[in-house]
Amino acid sequence: MSVSKEEVIKIAKLAKLKFSDEGISKLQKEMNRILEYIDTLNEIPELDKVEPLYSVNSSENVFRKDEPKQSISKEEALKNAPDKTENFFRVPKVIDK
Amino acid sequence: MSRDYGKYEPVIGLEVHAQMKTKSKAFCSCSTDFNSPPNTNVCPICIGHPGTLPVLNKSLVDFILKLGIALNCNIERRSIFARKNYFYPDLPKGYQISQYDTPICSDGYLEIKYRRIGIQRIHMEEDAGKSLHDLSDDSSLVDLNRSGIPLIEIVSQPDLRSAEEAYDYLSKLKQMLVYLDICDGNMEEGSLRCDVNVSVRLKGDSEYGTKCEVKNLNSFKNTADALDYEICRQIDILEKGDKVIHQTLTYDAIQKITYPMRSKEEAHDYRYFPEPDLVSVYVDENWISEIKGSMPELPDVRRARFINDYGLPEYDAEVLTAEKSVADFFESVVSRVKNPKSASNWVMGDVMRVLNDKKISIGEFWISSGNLAALINLIEEGKISNNIGRTVYEEMLKVKQKNDERQNPEYIIKEKNLILVSDENELERVVKKVLADNPTEAERYRNGEKKLLGFFIGKVMRETGGKADPKKLNEILSKNLN
Repeated sequence: MSVSKEEVIKIAKLAKLKFSDEGISKLQKEMNRILEYIDTLNEIPELDKVEPLYSVNSSENVFRKDEPKQSISKEEALKNAPDKTENFFRVPKVIDK
Repeated sequence: MSRDYGKYEPVIGLEVHAQMKTKSKAFCSCSTDFNSPPNTNVCPICIGHPGTLPVLNKSLVDFILKLGIALNCNIERRSIFARKNYFYPDLPKGYQISQYDTPICSDGYLEIKYRRIGIQRIHMEEDAGKSLHDLSDDSSLVDLNRSGIPLIEIVSQPDLRSAEEAYDYLSKLKQMLVYLDICDGNMEEGSLRCDVNVSVRLKGDSEYGTKCEVKNLNSFKNTADALDYEICRQIDILEKGDKVIHQTLTYDAIQKITYPMRSKEEAHDYRYFPEPDLVSVYVDENWISEIKGSMPELPDVRRARFINDYGLPEYDAEVLTAEKSVADFFESVVSRVKNPKSASNWVMGDVMRVLNDKKISIGEFWISSGNLAALINLIEEGKISNNIGRTVYEEMLKVKQKNDERQNPEYIIKEKNLILVSDENELERVVKKVLADNPTEAERYRNGEKKLLGFFIGKVMRETGGKADPKKLNEILSKNLN
């Protein structure tokens, strides 16, 4: 398995990142090196019979009771926002109607 | 809504998002109250601050298991959560916690009028925040109260064959959600949202045609209307010999048309992967039996019981059990009266008329089941006539407090002096007076014009203010006329 240049560009676009041509080549090389490393796992016999490990955490059923609790105030919630109104987070217009 | 599609057959699958009626959010303890001011039910977890960790609300799992069992699903013993990745300003983490390849419930069915509609899967996820685009010209505003509210997504098999069937499926699904008390079913507040997948093929074809998706339908009627429009649009394309293009559409409820979403909005690649911040959910046999033990009576079972136990016609049972709250009200009335059919007539007729006129739910109806039952008993026992009963009911409707004694029918008939005149001497006196006042009609009756009986009954009723006991009156009239 290997990553093409187009795939790197697509992944960058999905992550809202921009790279120079040089940067893309570098990323492509690095990603392929990671995949090659992962590929060594394919040498394990009968790999398809091994249950996938979804989490390194072996516990299960960690729950919360359904009890509402007041947490932070509106002012605190909005405090770190780069842009806001009195009651809302303000973001660039996301639809044009 | 029912439409003949000629030689074509639509193939429809529905994805319904139902908001769960938990008190707190799916992965944090913030309140789910719909009426709170913007950005007040928020915490570092649901507004996506770094370093926070989600913890699953147990009630969400209980709720989805209830639905899974009610819809005859397989319950996945071990299921995990996954991240669905996309950027949007109302999704602060940059991903939605959802389930992907291990939905907790799968392969069930829901019975609608004529047949079984397959349920492909039901899974848990969290809602995003709400973007408001209309408050300002150059920016959008974001309210994160909804961020993290628990949803379940119910995906049907492509088993539906008309807009009408889709409507029936949605109604039945909503009925089930409300009966199970896991969703309030309120579409205006967004508690139920629907996406449809629809394609069209020639009847008898085994292959599906190319499908289109219509997103974000917010009422059952809009869903049915959007489907009707979309089915006809696709048939027109095929009739012209063209091909349907797979695309994502949105529905304009005012113009009643579907149109394509902008390509930017549909260019998604969610790159699902297992959510590392949550552990798996393991559902053992004990948990399932516990849920089964806590299940309420489901609509179909209740309908059958209404027919068997109360001897109601199928139609009555269907109407009365359509909504759980109406069925509860009816049972509260019927337990206090002798004749279940009278209780059914009153609830289906006079009570529902008020609900429809005032556009209110039975929960907002202000006559108590006890007072309604008392009224029905007064009529059944012959203390007041049916007509007077209607008058008393109108009086009861004027008293908006259930515990106000002026809503009690006994109080009203005493206060307004509405008890039936069944005293024979009194009736005899009135009948004699009426006959004396109308000698010509009395003569004609005696000469065989029997239909004039109604005329005399009317006269006596007028004299007594409608309060003459009809049975006794009949006897006395006959005696005096013959």
